[in-house]
Amino acid sequence: MSITVLKPGMLSSFQDLGRAGYQHQGIPAAGAMDERAHRLASLLTGNPPTRATLEITMIGPTLRFDAPACFALAGADLDARLGGLPVAPLRPVLARAGDALTFSARPKPGRGLRAYLAVHGGYVIDAVMGSESTYLRGRFGGLQGRALARGDVIGLRSPLRDDGRLDALDAAMQDLSLYLPAALVQAPRAALRILPGSHWDTFDAESRRHFVESDFLITPASDRMGYRLQGPDIRQRMPRQILSEATGFGTVQVPSGGQPIVLMADRQTTGGYPKIAQVASVDLPLLAQLAPGEAVRFTMTDIAEAQRLDQARERAYAGLHDALLPLREQLATQRQCPPDEPA
Amino acid sequence: MVRFGDALDERIGRRCLAAARLLREADLPGVTDIVPSFTALAVHYRPGPGGPGHAQLAGHIAQVFEHGIPVDELEGREIEIPVCYGGEHGPDLAEVAARAGITEDEVVALHTRPGSIVFMVGFAPGHPYIGVHDEKLAVPRRDTPRLLLPAGAVAIANRQTVIHPGGLPGGWNIIGATPLTLFDPAREPASLLAPGDRIRFTPIDAQTFERLRDQASA
Repeated sequence: MSITVLKPGMLSSFQDLGRAGYQHQGIPAAGAMDERAHRLASLLTGNPPTRATLEITMIGPTLRFDAPACFALAGADLDARLGGLPVAPLRPVLARAGDALTFSARPKPGRGLRAYLAVHGGYVIDAVMGSESTYLRGRFGGLQGRALARGDVIGLRSPLRDDGRLDALDAAMQDLSLYLPAALVQAPRAALRILPGSHWDTFDAESRRHFVESDFLITPASDRMGYRLQGPDIRQRMPRQILSEATGFGTVQVPSGGQPIVLMADRQTTGGYPKIAQVASVDLPLLAQLAPGEAVRFTMTDIAEAQRLDQARERAYAGLHDALLPLREQLATQRQCPPDEPA
Repeated sequence: MVRFGDALDERIGRRCLAAARLLREADLPGVTDIVPSFTALAVHYRPGPGGPGHAQLAGHIAQVFEHGIPVDELEGREIEIPVCYGGEHGPDLAEVAARAGITEDEVVALHTRPGSIVFMVGFAPGHPYIGVHDEKLAVPRRDTPRLLLPAGAVAIANRQTVIHPGGLPGGWNIIGATPLTLFDPAREPASLLAPGDRIRFTPIDAQTFERLRDQASA
């Protein structure tokens, strides 16, 4: 019981929360670029966030459901349609056997870059080092370490029974009242919140001022590894070689050319460039939805505020999880096979 | 980040490794990765519902270190790395020797001296940074990096050794090659080397290199 890939889309790969516990061996964490969208799609299909979603980039795939399944989409609006009809984002949706999920070949600009497709029960993926995430550069994890290709057949762990009760389940899902907590709403922001980086003080005053007052263009050389920005020159007071040290998701490094790079999901685990700033994790999903050609600005915050936002967000996820218990119970009774995980 | 110093110094590196070990044993809640490097230690964490917050975690870490960080010289696995030096496997060996004012054999002797440690694994999966070698091996990186290095290339610069995963550019001086596979995602553990491992480079000839490499890929 599976999904068949009729068209692979521009870059579709399986990602979960990333590979934790192996960075000291030089193994990048990978994982969803927009973790918020990944977690929302997962919650809305009754999945834990450790089950991979399909991260869809700009031009989405054409997927045929070979069995009934409950799915949900979050993140960018890439004009998803099921059987030709528009699919509401951020809702659990029932696909019947034979239904095709399609996306626009010419997505409208400004609606985001990455969408996340979760399917109830998750996809059949062999975990590598405890994670279902694809590390594309290393060619391991997810689906044989690569993006989707035409003809791929992806197993579904929990397809639904094709019986007389599907219609009732469909109606129940459509009637489900969903309130997204404020802390989880992707409100557009004029500037991304940052914290000073490890080497913030080594940059000259003018560069530090430019960094929080200027627009930076996201160049085409931006991808899952990092976003290369173009803007005013960012310089250290005295250029110093620093010894390589660990890096994080959202760390902003500045190589000697003076143009910052924001490290993203597939970043190398260590780096030798000075770190000017760290994008607050609460705003990483916003950055992950910006495309090359768009501009970004930064604004300084402090760690107490960043932590407060983190905690609010985590409480909101927990609250939403609790509110969706009825959905999980309904899905569990309609599964083809007995559930192997608690609801 | 927990910082221990500013320079490439064996004592700072060892302290960093010992601190990483202590933290790993402490198994603090919320911590997902502990990544040592030459002078600093990164503690990656995920603030779940109800903590830990930054201040809380910093407090826990301080507690782990409050009685000092014992640096045990003999801690860490002993790992032998066979290396075929010079010739086609080590195109830069002659130049390194010339710059240091010593013979190629002397370069090999200095490189194979016991006492090298893996201070960090990064840049690519399984890619080690090993040191600290004798001062004579303080050659700088090459002016023009090579576009593609073969897997197993053993290269030195600035009193350190890296072993290349292959398929990536590199600017260090290649003095030899090892037939061992440094990284294999299907193996457990996937990375052959880990921070803190004590390394003994041992010279092998070209035939032994071929034999060991065939064994490794079998």
